[in-house]
Amino acid sequence: MIRFAHVTKEYPRTGAALKDVSFRIAKGEFAFLTGPSGSGKSTILKLIFLEERPTAGEIRVAGMHAAKIRGKEIALLRRKLGIVFQDFRLLEDRTAEDNIAFALEVTGAPRDTIGTRVGRLLTQVGLASKGTSYPKQLSGGEQQRIAIARALVNDPFVLIADEPTGNLDDRATRGIFQLLGDINSSGTAVLMATHDLELVRRHEHRVIEMNRGQIVFDSTDPAPRAAQER
Amino acid sequence: MRLTLREAVMSFARAPLLSALSIMMIAFSLYSFGLFGLVALNFRQRFGAVEERIEIEAFVDDSTNVETLANAVSEIARFPEVARALPVTKDEALERARRDMGEFKDVFDASFLPASIKVQVREGFRDPATVQRVADRIAAYAFVDDVRYGAEFVERLHDIRNVATGTGIVLGIAFAAVAIIIIAATIRITVLARAREISIMRLVGATNGFVRRPFLLEGLATGVLGGGLALLLLWLSFALIGRYIPLVFLERPMAIGGIAFGGMIGLLGSALSVWRHLRRI
Ligand SMILES: Nc1ncnc2c1ncn2[C@@H]1O[C@H](COP(=O)(O)OP(=O)(O)OP(=O)(O)O)[C@@H](O)[C@H]1O
Ligand SMILES: [Mg+2]
Repeated sequence: MIRFAHVTKEYPRTGAALKDVSFRIAKGEFAFLTGPSGSGKSTILKLIFLEERPTAGEIRVAGMHAAKIRGKEIALLRRKLGIVFQDFRLLEDRTAEDNIAFALEVTGAPRDTIGTRVGRLLTQVGLASKGTSYPKQLSGGEQQRIAIARALVNDPFVLIADEPTGNLDDRATRGIFQLLGDINSSGTAVLMATHDLELVRRHEHRVIEMNRGQIVFDSTDPAPRAAQER
Repeated sequence: MRLTLREAVMSFARAPLLSALSIMMIAFSLYSFGLFGLVALNFRQRFGAVEERIEIEAFVDDSTNVETLANAVSEIARFPEVARALPVTKDEALERARRDMGEFKDVFDASFLPASIKVQVREGFRDPATVQRVADRIAAYAFVDDVRYGAEFVERLHDIRNVATGTGIVLGIAFAAVAIIIIAATIRITVLARAREISIMRLVGATNGFVRRPFLLEGLATGVLGGGLALLLLWLSFALIGRYIPLVFLERPMAIGGIAFGGMIGLLGSALSVWRHLRRI
């Protein structure tokens, strides 16, 4: 589904953010991406949803070569991904419903199906009664649920979450994490970058640990460095 | 709650205000452009009438027989530069002189007014050098005594025309460029105001075309509305000045062309700023 092969990413001023990174995420998998600040977690996620391009190496997402695709194909690929951020990225001047519907309208979905689809998603994230609220009227946890509902509108094969619980208290964090687990159980892969080692430790999911732009530990591959050296 | 409401109202009010401003700015630059066009148009109209008066008169020797004269006239009429060549007989010359001179009409006697050929130069050949060349050719006929045309007048006219055309072109380009820059800048403000919305749109899989469309439409509408407003202002100015000086207004295709031009400028300006914004991946 997602495959990185010897990926290097250099930013113009700051230099190498990723050095020779290789890994795969399988269909329906749940994986944590951990590591200290600046280790390259967000960079990996940005490479997946094509906000950035690799300097070297090969990235395949849903069978497409991420380094090569252009223009409209980028948009089409993003529709197969669900993307969630720490800061929610909701439009403040629209209601929760409209924020979710927006993602459907943008892809040219038929208008008459949007309403029911949005209703179903609101129910799925447990906010059926809050559809007409504006983001400012919702708690952080609720806003993140709306953002997750928006990420799910196009039935993505993978949900990419960059510190989705970074702005939330413990209770809200547990709630969001529970939701991500449910989403994963229904077949959607989840790749989640997080600082929350407590959370990581409490669950049995795969862990990919980064440090200074390299993978230093991968729970499905106990000796990644040895493998890379070969 | 109150804050949310106020913000929603503000973001609603922000866009129309900005649009109104850009429409006005476009209208103003197109209006200036149109005003100049109107002046140029009227100038040309007058000017054309004056230019038609450019005429070469060849005075013919008394002893020339009518047939030679007639042959020469039809020959001259076939010069590519010549619009018309007309023989003026002695009697006609006398008639004209009498009409022009009024009370002195009895003083004139047909014998001292020579017959002549009047030659009108075709449009596009009314520059000093060409007129001179035609005059020289006519002067080469043996029976032609003297050739006259207002050499100085022709030159003056030519200079004025060159300056007017040059100024028109330069000002026209300058106004169009200013209008494009203004639209690009105003659309850029809208684009930046909606940068967050745009980035979210792209994140959830909107194509660049989809993102671009509303802005292009906005640019087009702004340009067309600006063009319409400019036309209205222009017409008002025309009506006002027209009370004192007889003027002609832009013809319909020109007016429609002006509005279309406004739309084009709007489209171009917005395309420019949206393209610049979307170029980053
Ligand atoms: N747009 C950018 N331009 C230049 N350098 C960047 C850019 N984005 C990230 N970097 C650099 O790349 C490195 C990795 O950054 P990245 O955001 O991937 O880290 P991270 O693991 O997500 O950190 P955090 O846990 O703080 O979010 C950092 O050194 C950072 O300074
Ligand atoms: Mg990060």
